[in-house]
Amino acid sequence: MTLQFHDETFRDDYTFHNSPEGIRRFPFPFDQDSYMYSVNLEPHAGGRAGSPFEKRFDVDEHYVAEMRDREITLRDDPLRCQSLPHMELAGWDFLELVMVSKSEDYPDLFELHRDGDRWHWINRPLGIEQRFTFLDATTLPCGPLEYITRQTQGDHALLDQREGNLWMDAGMITSQADWSLDFDIGMNFFEWHAPVPKANEMGVFQRALKFLLNLQQGAPTRRLNWTMTVNPRLDTSPENYHKWGPEKRTITPATVGSKQYLRVELQTLWRLPRSNAIAFPIRCYLCSLEDIVTVPKWGRRLHRVLRDLPDELAEYKGFAVNRPVIVDYLEQFDDGAETSPGIFPD
Amino acid sequence: MPRTHFSPSITTRPVYPGLTSQGATPAILLADGAGAEAILDLAAQDRSVMDRAHLMFIPAGTDFGPRLAALNPRMYREAPSFAACLERFRKALADAHMGTQLYLAGTEGLIGQATAEALAAGLPADAIQSEHRGHIARRMQCVHCKGMTENVTTDPFVCSHCGLTLFVRDHFSRRLGAFQGVCVDAETPGLIPPVQEIKP
Repeated sequence: MTLQFHDETFRDDYTFHNSPEGIRRFPFPFDQDSYMYSVNLEPHAGGRAGSPFEKRFDVDEHYVAEMRDREITLRDDPLRCQSLPHMELAGWDFLELVMVSKSEDYPDLFELHRDGDRWHWINRPLGIEQRFTFLDATTLPCGPLEYITRQTQGDHALLDQREGNLWMDAGMITSQADWSLDFDIGMNFFEWHAPVPKANEMGVFQRALKFLLNLQQGAPTRRLNWTMTVNPRLDTSPENYHKWGPEKRTITPATVGSKQYLRVELQTLWRLPRSNAIAFPIRCYLCSLEDIVTVPKWGRRLHRVLRDLPDELAEYKGFAVNRPVIVDYLEQFDDGAETSPGIFPD
Repeated sequence: MPRTHFSPSITTRPVYPGLTSQGATPAILLADGAGAEAILDLAAQDRSVMDRAHLMFIPAGTDFGPRLAALNPRMYREAPSFAACLERFRKALADAHMGTQLYLAGTEGLIGQATAEALAAGLPADAIQSEHRGHIARRMQCVHCKGMTENVTTDPFVCSHCGLTLFVRDHFSRRLGAFQGVCVDAETPGLIPPVQEIKP
């Protein structure tokens, strides 16, 4: 399949859209008719052909437009990309991981030629060709983390490992579900998760951290997380909350199908070889409710999940105010039939 | 004024377990206002803390100065504000040897900023002790404009830099020494909830 990159926007006129194939491959996050927090980690070792799980770093029809949106966000606020001084080596580790993975998984889109530490990188979709010296930051236009994440969909955090904990010490965060890298940088695993309700008492973070501290090179792992967003907006940052906040109150029974989006994060975790840090890409997928219900199983299931979700979670995920309208809308697509196990369409 | 007890909150909300003497090791002590009483209590607990102590005090309208000076620390300094003694505090941190203890007492703004300075200077977290005394005003960072507003006593409050009305979160950054303030009427501009005094 040859990818057709969309010319689309994630702000202002919001021309973002999924193609019919894009809808079918959407990573629907619910494998049953109800939801509660869980660690839900599985090996990131490929997946169903054509799905976002197949390749190490999924490149889809939104790639070029998402990178353009990131550039706009960074021009407005360079603090969305930060790296504490000890994290540069981890940045190189991550650059290597992405370049090697993409050039092997998408040879028609990306090429990497290596002659010792002299590297030659070609990114066809973005029209980039760069010769540089690996581990020499003066040969790139910016630091290695910023360089490669300007060319890789999703937010990316680099976690340093020390004192039996993980520390968020670097990141490129421009499409976040309402958290601030500038505020959270330097925090440990428990600190940056502190605002999440319930999960702490459930021991979710203790177990997740224990697992992640033992993450091995070459054995990446993944999980899905989700929230709801009004309009296909990537930059739902707290920094700009006063700018996008009013849009959240524009949901009506007439607009909910087209303006309310399910926002899914495909989170992967990778042990990096030189720095022993962990790379944590958080890839965001958006799908409008009216597109979701074109898959009957998803329409039924999403109705049941959102109808039965504890209030606290709806509040934390920021859609409590719109939940009644959303559930009313989805109800018409739920005929009460049983749904098959797993996340994929029937 | 006794130690402050804070209501249960999220795990980033700092708690200040109180000062316990580590004996006559080199020590930096920094207090503001009613924090002086925590230093007096510490010295009453173990006088030897003062033997190699560098004590800095910001009176903030209180008159504890002479009683602190009478503890006879190796070095004593009164300063009109944290900003005024910041360079001196940094010098003390830079000169500190392995094993130096840092004792902080007083308001959250002082403890938060001094802790951030000490961590940035490379002091290990377990060499820093703190005790909260005095008013419970918070040091808040506006997540929108990044400006710091000192001595916030109400929720919501107005950012002293950009003028947005912000609600007071318990989410705290040790690196910044500040809590996070977020626009309270972002979704419904102009609809501001009633102003309340912050509770411990």
